[in-house]
Amino acid sequence: MVEPTAALEPVHLRPKVAERPAQGEAAASQANVAMSVEGLSAFYGKFKAIEDVSLSFDRQNVTAIIGPSGCGKSTLLRCLNRLHEIIPNARAVGKVMMDGQNIYAPGMNAVLLRRKVGMVFQKPNPFPSMSIYDNAASGLKLAGRVPKDHLDEVVERSLRQAALWNEVKDKLKQSAFNLSGGQQQRLCIARAIAVQPEIVLMDEPASALDPISTLKIEDLMVELRKDYTIIIVTHNLQQAARVSDRTAFLLGGEDRIGHLIEYAPTKEMFTNPKDDRTEQYITGRFG
Amino acid sequence: MATGVVRQYGQFTPKVMRRRRTVNVIMIGVFSVCAIVILIPLVHILMYSLIKGASSLNVHFFTKPPQPPGQPGGGVATALVGSGIILVMASLIGIPTGILAGVYMAEYGNRNAFATTVRFVADILLGVPSIVIGVFIWTLLVRPFHSFSAIAGGVALAVMMIPTISRTTEEVVRLVPGTLREASLALGIPYWKTVMRITVPAARSGIGTAVVLAFARVGGETAPLLFTALGNNFFQKDIRRPIDALPLRLFNYAIGPYDEWHRIAWASAFILVFFILILMVLIRRIARGRFKNVV
Amino acid sequence: MPRIVLEEGLRELHADVLTLGSMVEKAIQRSVEALRARDASIARRVIEEDAAINALRFQIEDRALLLIATQQPLVHDLRTVAAVLSIITDLERMGDHAEGTATISLMIGDEPLLKPLLDIPRMAETVTDMLRRVLLAFADNDVVAARRVAAEDDAVDALYNQVYRELLTFMIGDPRTIHQATLLLWAAHNLERIGDRVTNICERVIFTETGRMQEIRPSGALKMPEELR
Repeated sequence: MVEPTAALEPVHLRPKVAERPAQGEAAASQANVAMSVEGLSAFYGKFKAIEDVSLSFDRQNVTAIIGPSGCGKSTLLRCLNRLHEIIPNARAVGKVMMDGQNIYAPGMNAVLLRRKVGMVFQKPNPFPSMSIYDNAASGLKLAGRVPKDHLDEVVERSLRQAALWNEVKDKLKQSAFNLSGGQQQRLCIARAIAVQPEIVLMDEPASALDPISTLKIEDLMVELRKDYTIIIVTHNLQQAARVSDRTAFLLGGEDRIGHLIEYAPTKEMFTNPKDDRTEQYITGRFG
Repeated sequence: MATGVVRQYGQFTPKVMRRRRTVNVIMIGVFSVCAIVILIPLVHILMYSLIKGASSLNVHFFTKPPQPPGQPGGGVATALVGSGIILVMASLIGIPTGILAGVYMAEYGNRNAFATTVRFVADILLGVPSIVIGVFIWTLLVRPFHSFSAIAGGVALAVMMIPTISRTTEEVVRLVPGTLREASLALGIPYWKTVMRITVPAARSGIGTAVVLAFARVGGETAPLLFTALGNNFFQKDIRRPIDALPLRLFNYAIGPYDEWHRIAWASAFILVFFILILMVLIRRIARGRFKNVV
Repeated sequence: MPRIVLEEGLRELHADVLTLGSMVEKAIQRSVEALRARDASIARRVIEEDAAINALRFQIEDRALLLIATQQPLVHDLRTVAAVLSIITDLERMGDHAEGTATISLMIGDEPLLKPLLDIPRMAETVTDMLRRVLLAFADNDVVAARRVAAEDDAVDALYNQVYRELLTFMIGDPRTIHQATLLLWAAHNLERIGDRVTNICERVIFTETGRMQEIRPSGALKMPEELR
């Protein structure tokens, strides 16, 4: 007979509850913060979409922003790469600090900021006039001259990171529109990370996709987290729960002005939220 | 009662069904007649110009200059070359101006008064009779220089092309989804580059169609050329001098007294119709590009 | 890379259940060892270490609930998590039984045993073997192994019957033995209950795999000895 205790030692010896340092602790060290928002309000003309939002995003983390429709979560996201302001009459007030600088300070260049803060949109939007290769290379190509072999390298690397390389490596010169919706979205992710941003913003990146493609995108986010800081807006609560490390809950009041209600590690948010409104929203009792 | 509702809306008695079928047949008949009615002149024009003109279509028609009145064997070579020169000049001026103006109105001039004015003027210009444009260019480019000229013809046709191209360009560029623009901006690509490299290429088949349409439209114009290019029986290389053009030649020969002229006029008419036909096929080709286009 | 977070979570749960199982197994063996060898220090250690078992059980439960809350396991995955929740309860109770046996050992104190213990250690050996195998079956999703383990509970019941009869004989023969005999019977009963809980786990493994809840009934219940009827 087998020595009894030997057989019952744990089969997988894994490091005990490997909590990542940034998770859970409110006092995350400054070095770990990729971007912090301080007292941000955003307007469309006279309408105030979000008011006095303050929170910080940890490096190499997935942060989810959730909330009912119209709570301003997409607006908040679009303030982070100053895409909000391209809408006529839209403006933002407050501070968004990145690398020690306020991106809204006078003289700050939005174009340069956006190279550090990439974005993936709700609907896959590859450039229609370009091939798969050109789409992945577009950020570098259009931002400046890049040698061809370096471009090849970047395209392959970013397509691999986006878990798309094996599916498209034989048809790089084909139109991006020949790809399925999920593949197109992964191409858009590849396009965003090809310029090696520090932060990748994702605005409901899977809401236009089927469930399988959605799960693929989610797995991708978990992988990308190793290299990038990811901030995702989603109205799919389960998605926020599945992929994110921290979750921010935004809610519009009677006046439709969005406020940050709660910001906590995702596992606390989804098992034991502090605010009653968060619990009601998460459990599907309103919103 | 539920059955009452069903009876009210669902009474498919044989009588009702028969009436429906009759109405159906009548309506299909009406639509078919309308479709045939528009086909009749089209086919008629094509057939007539082919029958009447084809007999004059020979190598001389394309290679020989016009002969003096009454002498057989002349061609329209001077007119073909002249039309070519005028159209190239019109395109060189009209296409870039029209496209850039359209892009400006769509991308930059959303709310400003200048763009609104340009748009309004372009709309009016679209409706102005071509002969008025001819007269206008005559006062501008012919009278001051005391000579009809190929330049004046080219400018007149360019003026006709610009509103068509710019308004269509504006519309198709506007149709490019905003998300493409945002995707490009979010990559840290400057706005002007976004416009030139992303937005405009996305609308290129629409713009291409607009260009070909405008080209086809002015290719057969006669009225503005009467006041500008005038026409010429000889080859003319100097663009400051009067030059011949196919529609002009057609006009002059058609109203002339000689049978020989009439035959050449018919052949020219056939060439013009054929030219339009080719361009329309080209437009269809553009619409199906190598890559799927947004607009 | 399908559902990497969920897969990782399930792997962790499996590993944690095996860890908890090995702790419980050790506790059972030691409690019986303490009884057999009359070693109070081993008994005390078993009692002390039960706290660790309870703590790990709550930790696993927490993680299982978190997995449900964040990863939405479905079908087989969901049954696995549900099984984990049920299995850890069984394991924790087994730990309590072992703790009970250790307490009995202390209650008997320095009294010499009525006779050298044979059947009770054999019961312990059988149930720990069953426990180890059913947890491996759980980790490997092995229904056949689980059924085989469940069938062995009859042997445990039979041993318990034998112990019961033997102890009754002692008690009838000499009322002064009643105190110790009752305590020993209690210890044997703890082991018999552990066997039943292993059977519960077998049911969970089968349910996880097949999706069908199936109760495994013991074939022979406790029988009154013939001579006492």
